[in-house]
Amino acid sequence: MLSREEFVNTIVELLRKAETELEEDVLDAIRSAEKKESGVAKLILQSILRNVEIAREKRVPMCQDTGIPVIFLEVGREAELNFDIYEASKEAVAKATELVPLRPNAVHPLTRENSGNNTGINVPVVHCRVVEGDEIRVAVMPKGAGSENVSKQMMLLPGDAMRIEDFVVDAVREAKGKPCPPVFVGVGIGGTFDESAVLAKRALLRDVRKMNEFERNILEKVNELGIGPMGLGGKITALAVLVEIAHCHTASLPLAVNIQCWANRRAFAVLKA
Amino acid sequence: MKTGYVSGDINDTADKKDEEIKARRIDVKGNCRIFAKLKVREVVYLTGTLVTARDKAHMRAVRLLKEGRKEEIPEELFEYPIYHCGPLLKGEKIISAGPTTSARMNPYAPALLRETSCPVIIGKGGMCEEVLKLLSDRGCYLTFPGGAGALAAESIKCVKRVYWEDLGMAEAVYVLEVENFGPCIVTADSRGRKV
Repeated sequence: MLSREEFVNTIVELLRKAETELEEDVLDAIRSAEKKESGVAKLILQSILRNVEIAREKRVPMCQDTGIPVIFLEVGREAELNFDIYEASKEAVAKATELVPLRPNAVHPLTRENSGNNTGINVPVVHCRVVEGDEIRVAVMPKGAGSENVSKQMMLLPGDAMRIEDFVVDAVREAKGKPCPPVFVGVGIGGTFDESAVLAKRALLRDVRKMNEFERNILEKVNELGIGPMGLGGKITALAVLVEIAHCHTASLPLAVNIQCWANRRAFAVLKA
Repeated sequence: MKTGYVSGDINDTADKKDEEIKARRIDVKGNCRIFAKLKVREVVYLTGTLVTARDKAHMRAVRLLKEGRKEEIPEELFEYPIYHCGPLLKGEKIISAGPTTSARMNPYAPALLRETSCPVIIGKGGMCEEVLKLLSDRGCYLTFPGGAGALAAESIKCVKRVYWEDLGMAEAVYVLEVENFGPCIVTADSRGRKV
């Protein structure tokens, strides 16, 4: 049986890892962009790569906006748990805030009062689903505000599938330099209003080097925008476009675009339960 | 209260690390003229004093100005480069301190700039025309690579003073002593040119 302590410590370590190290697929994407750019755009990407190195060596968060923690859980239906995973996730985030440390970012949405430890009403955000097996798969994604603030959602008409590409490109165009480009673009198509947004975020967990033709086509259009690193112009505005889909009501076509900064911070673990 | 300009001297014209881009090192001291001389796409590394301010500090400063309580505003905000940044601290030490999105400060920056001689704003994403116009009379707007918090923290030698800690870690005003803080890219200059 998985102990609460082991679960909590795993989340703390995953948060530390996500904040201080980039996964190889994300690094590959930034490195290859650096080779393609020149001038100021190249200098920015070199600074970003140097920053990632310093963060890993010194074990400090690569960005001061350590984000709002989003936790994805896939709980095997045979897994034995004798604790509340939502409460344990909350405890882990509070602990990580002190240990990593994380900047206290969580505030009450109306009073703007800061809770001081990145937890609060319905925070951390935990997306949980039950799957086959006896393992618990954990992914954490600290999400910064710069990129989250320019994310977009739209309920398209059922016959508007051809508008999807333009909507995604427009979202990146309007965002300009704000989300710290080059960005990763998570897209959720279908499902319901809420599910499309979760799909868009979940897409960002995928290996960013593996895109299908549909995704590569949108990426090409996004990069024609010429926004470039930090919005100062360049060939690379986005490093990947990642699309997840779900069946939806015959009368609707939900669409969500979750923009992620170059620091597509996430970390994964599999726990035996 | 001191309201004189902050000086700067160009003391290096080439950065050996980057062959394609010429970078300048600037000492931020007592006269702002140097920032007005910079041109768009130039790259600079700053040494001297910077002062951080983001959303809540701007709101408070503007409120105090309106209420005629100017003397309660941190004096450094009147004469040193303003850095849009909400740092991450471990104890007393800043460990990550990249820029935050400057556009959020658009509604507050004009009132503050009109009352100060702040020579330059450092942030990311650029600012509105009104702010850039006010800045162009005295200096320029600099972009620091977004998200490069660990890199920025490397060049922070110490925190000289902290104001308004009640606003929280990210929103307090920190007076920083920096060395070779950069790369800072000129993205709006005194002639109204911008990237």
